[in-house]
Amino acid sequence: MLHEQILHRCFRCGYCKMPSNYTDLNCPPYLAFRFETYSPGGRMWLLKAWLEGKIQPGRRFAEIMFSCTACGNCTEHCPFPDFKNLLLEAFTAGREAFLDGGTAPAGVKDYLTRMQLHGNPYGLPAKKRADWAAGSDTESYSGQEYLFFAGDAGSYDTRGQEMARSAAGLLAKAGISFGVLKMGENSDGNDVRASGETALFEELAGKNTELFNRNNVKKIITLSPHSLNTFKKDYPGLGGNYQVFHYTQVLALNMGRLKFKENQEPVLVTCHDSCYLGRHNRDYFSPRMILSTVPGIKIAEMDRNRQNSLCCGGGGGNLYTDILPSGEESPARHRIREAKKTGAKIIAVSCPLCAIMLEDAVKSEGVADILRVMEISEIINDRLV
Amino acid sequence: MKDFIRQLAGITGQEFVSAEPEERYIYSMDQGTMPPALPDAVVMPGSTQEVQQIMRLANRHKVPVVPMGGGLVLSGLTRALNGGIILDMKRMNRIIKVNPVSRHAVVEGGASEGMLQAYLKKHHPELKHSMPDAPPIATLAGNICIHGSGHLSVPGGFHSDMLTGMEVVLPTGDIVRTGSCSVSQDWFARAPLPDLSGLFLGWSGTTGIITKLGIKLFPSYAHNDLLVFVCEDADLMPDVISRLTGTQVAEDMTPWMTPKPEWARGFLHINISYGAHTKKELTFKRNLLQASVKKYSDRKIAGFLPMPPPQKSRFLKVPSADLVTFADIRKGGGFEYVGAIMSIEHFAEAYRAGLNIAKTHNVSYSMGARIIGAGHAMMFFYAYAFNRADQEDVKRAQHALEATNTAALEIGGIPWKAELPAQKQIIDKMDPGTFNLMNRIRSLMDPNHIMNPGNWEK
Repeated sequence: MLHEQILHRCFRCGYCKMPSNYTDLNCPPYLAFRFETYSPGGRMWLLKAWLEGKIQPGRRFAEIMFSCTACGNCTEHCPFPDFKNLLLEAFTAGREAFLDGGTAPAGVKDYLTRMQLHGNPYGLPAKKRADWAAGSDTESYSGQEYLFFAGDAGSYDTRGQEMARSAAGLLAKAGISFGVLKMGENSDGNDVRASGETALFEELAGKNTELFNRNNVKKIITLSPHSLNTFKKDYPGLGGNYQVFHYTQVLALNMGRLKFKENQEPVLVTCHDSCYLGRHNRDYFSPRMILSTVPGIKIAEMDRNRQNSLCCGGGGGNLYTDILPSGEESPARHRIREAKKTGAKIIAVSCPLCAIMLEDAVKSEGVADILRVMEISEIINDRLV
Repeated sequence: MKDFIRQLAGITGQEFVSAEPEERYIYSMDQGTMPPALPDAVVMPGSTQEVQQIMRLANRHKVPVVPMGGGLVLSGLTRALNGGIILDMKRMNRIIKVNPVSRHAVVEGGASEGMLQAYLKKHHPELKHSMPDAPPIATLAGNICIHGSGHLSVPGGFHSDMLTGMEVVLPTGDIVRTGSCSVSQDWFARAPLPDLSGLFLGWSGTTGIITKLGIKLFPSYAHNDLLVFVCEDADLMPDVISRLTGTQVAEDMTPWMTPKPEWARGFLHINISYGAHTKKELTFKRNLLQASVKKYSDRKIAGFLPMPPPQKSRFLKVPSADLVTFADIRKGGGFEYVGAIMSIEHFAEAYRAGLNIAKTHNVSYSMGARIIGAGHAMMFFYAYAFNRADQEDVKRAQHALEATNTAALEIGGIPWKAELPAQKQIIDKMDPGTFNLMNRIRSLMDPNHIMNPGNWEK
């Protein structure tokens, strides 16, 4: 197994379970399950025990491995330099070994099968990928400055499609030159890679790269921070070299082009940092920069914000595999309870997966009448002239 | 056992009970050198009532119960030596209340040090509690139970001295309260009642399960500073410590001796942290501390080390990640230490014994101490890092630890949170009447001998 030489180095000190201000637990599977086994240290020690033949892979072990959302809290807070940077890679390698051995939860197998057969986690036809743009003024990509990439949730999930239309619409209002590829795109593969299915990831990435290169794409705006992450970090190694931006990063620099209604009713907004825009790509600034320029909006931070943000629980394929429980201990429900404590009326998100997870949690918590999940561009669109 | 586990699930819900090999494996050991011992199951209660039901069930079935907090004790005290269940308390992690006027907090038995620190910073920034150097996921109950110490141990003593009362579930399932909360709604002190809290402190989880506890809080100062006293002669240390603690202004005093970094090799340092409400008060306290050891600095045989602000900030960070960093010195994920509680006049002997053991056993060492109270005692620690993947290295550390326990006892100290072999060494030296009383108390409280059996036994 790749990185097996580092497994014994984990001391299980537990810094990885918490944010840097120690306000609460911050590792999604550990928060949800609470057994030490579901903590990053537990995972490291179990993998080592497995390689030494002390424990056999089984249903529980697979659940422990695949419940990791790859949120990066462990990488952020582990006190050991260098070693910490390999934590997620080691877990990915562990999952890859489990997949190779045929020991993966049924939900993961189904998810990966849908990805393989359809190029998306919903099992829907590829030709429907650009349906989100139907009826809008969004242009087909034909050499504009940017390609707008809606990603899986933005293309197929009803809520994600609303976000894609909203973000694309706002980019157009800001005068950004972009188009969308109406045929041929596949999943960005970010979460497939995190789940350890490297070959499938390379296949998906290869198809996208070939498509982008054929269309002479140079710059990409992504709706999902997951797409941003893999386009920036993984695609260059596979022949896909692009300038990649999350839509909030482009908007943050073009807010001056938007005209807001006057005398807006003041509203308190709390900002939920997406793991792949935040911890993985170090941008905590763009969403806040955008919100701070909108008249009437005041930001109330949650205890766990920026590098301490609590993951919604949807990463690493968990949105589609449902390994993390959806009950009271689910990370998304913890997050909503935390957001509610700020007194905010809106929880601002910049990732379709976060929006889907948190909206479900708002309903489960019974707070839909006082707290609304809104994607950043939706908040802005509501307040434009 | 299957039926027992099914009944456990009936108490906590299936999701918080596991008899799976994965949980049994991980909960069979800690980060130290003690060999694993497999539990039959792990259970995570969510309330005092659930703990009560679990204990009644375990007592009825005579199933051993091992309570566990953060699982960071390092000396193997949370291993299921006779099988049975590990009771992981970390779901019970609520901060129940804080009394800012009489300065105490009440928390659940699984509340972590870090979470209380964060809660106070947010809601009561004028208050703090004594943080140990353990990682912040360590639990307050666990640390208090083992007579831990921390960053306010000069004014406050051992963390067990800062305990104001407890709610405990006995091995029989009875719920009892100790301290003022047994009479009043307030958790202000253990006095003036018979001090039943002692029945649960230092017993290594062999007498009951702490479900709530009261803890003293202290002022959190606006201005904080650090002095580092340094000398080369270990024989001076008791007098230096006595003089510095005599000023009664330090919050924490931690001598440290380490061969790395190179500039520190051969020197004995004492970090002295102190705080004040105003800069004037801070200067006054600094002057008092410096004046207390003027005798030595005037003779140029010792003095205060100039400390650049970034390094000072690092030393003042609570909890400090430096110990964890040392744990990684062998790049091997293994770390254990002997913390021997002893009188400060034994400092030089303890230091020389440590140097000798490290040399004899060829182990990476770090030594230090935390001063308790006004020099009333110290926790002198010998820390050894080892490579978990190298069994020879693990053995070396194990032998060094055994030799250190022996040396500590010979000096007149007592190994802290003693691992099983050290417990037996302590018992061998203990007054027989004391050990007899311990056994009589245990038999009375735990007639079926289900609480963490194997510990404190001959």
